[in-house]
Amino acid sequence: MSATDLPMIKGAPLPQQSPVQKFFGSTFISVVIYLLVIGVICWGSYTGAQNMGYSWQWYRVPQYLYSFTDDGFQPGELLIGLGATIRLSLTAFVLATALGLLVALLRLSGLIVGSAVAVCFLEFIRNIPLLVLLYLFYYVLGPIFKFDRYTASILTLAVFHSALISEILRAGINAVAQGQWEAAKSIGMTTGQTYRYIILPQSVRFMLPPMTGEVVHLIKSSAIVSVIAVAELTTFGRNIISDTYMSFEIWFTVAIVYMVVTLILSIGVSYLERRYAVAQ
Amino acid sequence: MTTSDPMIRVTNLDKFYGSFHALKDVNLEVQQGEKMVICGPSGSGKSTLIRCFNGLEWHNSGTLIIDGIEVHQNSKQIRDLRQEVGMVFQQFNLFPHLTVLENLTIGPMKVRKISQSEAEKTARKYLERVHIPEQAEKYPAQLSGGQQQRVAIARSLCMETRIMLFDEPTSALDPEMINEVLDVMVGLADTGMTMVVVTHEMGFARKVADTMVFMEEGQIVEISPPEQFFTNPSSERCRMFLDQILEH
Repeated sequence: MSATDLPMIKGAPLPQQSPVQKFFGSTFISVVIYLLVIGVICWGSYTGAQNMGYSWQWYRVPQYLYSFTDDGFQPGELLIGLGATIRLSLTAFVLATALGLLVALLRLSGLIVGSAVAVCFLEFIRNIPLLVLLYLFYYVLGPIFKFDRYTASILTLAVFHSALISEILRAGINAVAQGQWEAAKSIGMTTGQTYRYIILPQSVRFMLPPMTGEVVHLIKSSAIVSVIAVAELTTFGRNIISDTYMSFEIWFTVAIVYMVVTLILSIGVSYLERRYAVAQ
Repeated sequence: MTTSDPMIRVTNLDKFYGSFHALKDVNLEVQQGEKMVICGPSGSGKSTLIRCFNGLEWHNSGTLIIDGIEVHQNSKQIRDLRQEVGMVFQQFNLFPHLTVLENLTIGPMKVRKISQSEAEKTARKYLERVHIPEQAEKYPAQLSGGQQQRVAIARSLCMETRIMLFDEPTSALDPEMINEVLDVMVGLADTGMTMVVVTHEMGFARKVADTMVFMEEGQIVEISPPEQFFTNPSSERCRMFLDQILEH
């Protein structure tokens, strides 16, 4: 067989960009399009509001964020509300992680009863709406076990997110190679020691990205406790609106405050992730 | 315990994976200080057998007596057993998030409750023994395969075990690294450690083995001293196997 008889080696053709694709794919045009879209949305809302006869009073908004008096910087109601939201979310997150770890370990325990309990819990939580869960805790369990609205909201958020967190933890634990278990066992470690010193430290790398998502999710869903009037960012926003009727400005502001916090969190964790990846 | 009692005594051992009969009526004795090499085609049950010796697998029937004590499926007892029986894996299984030194000290510190300074002293002694004292502060991923396997051997040694099991310790290594690991194992054999080694390294087997075992389809086909095993095996199947792996 001579060289010319060899079949042609075929592969997928290299992607060729058409001039139109090149034009729209360039950074400059992309930014222009992006700004145009944002501009149209802003202009639409603004003219829409004008047509409703809404009078914008943005100048009145800063005082609800902060003010400067003779005593220096004073946080406004919205910042105080943000503080409450963060406190609420953090407490709920710590509880949710502890409970989530327990559920994940139950599920991984290999005990029939353990995994049955875990699966029942997961299915129960995953299949009822967060709002209904909140009502359950506040109107049903609250009076029975004598806890206040703040406790009810922390418990609701913790229980709801523990179900999601337990799945993240379980996936992270399963992602560690089986050989690690065998090596830990063969030097005589107990299951608890194996988790603590060998498995969990290695799982963190797999858990960090989805856990960040979960914290962001938790901060956002914490807004729901405003329906039982727990003092936090959304509730404060609502209170300000009922005093001032500036619903457009305040809701925009509240949305931006949530966004700033969750964005800072995401950026912080991606920095942490990179450092962790280097350490590995 | 008298010195004549074997370190490992296996009687009528059977093991099933579902309906698959992985070990069939295995009988075996390993004396104190004895070096046993087990070989056989893949899937013949040799790994399964030695994994039974430290409780990573559990036999379905028969008895397993290690160091005079019958092994029951009791987690406390199995943990005690594992402190006597070390295991070196084909894939090394080092802890990637710990430094070499931490890999070696975590077992003694957490399981044997030895102080950190004491554990580090022991760890450095055994790193010296496997010829890599200078790698103590590195992470496993920074070492070559051969170095990683030597760390794994040192990790087992740090537990001051009385029996060492090797599950194809050189099969995952590049050829040029096999000898550095085998050298360490020969050195270990010279210290009088009881060793059970699953391997196809017949040069190593000739050098250190007191007993050769050939397994096939879950059964022990041949147990004999190496002189006889390599020159005049009693079973035809063993002869064929040896011809195949010694051909090159």
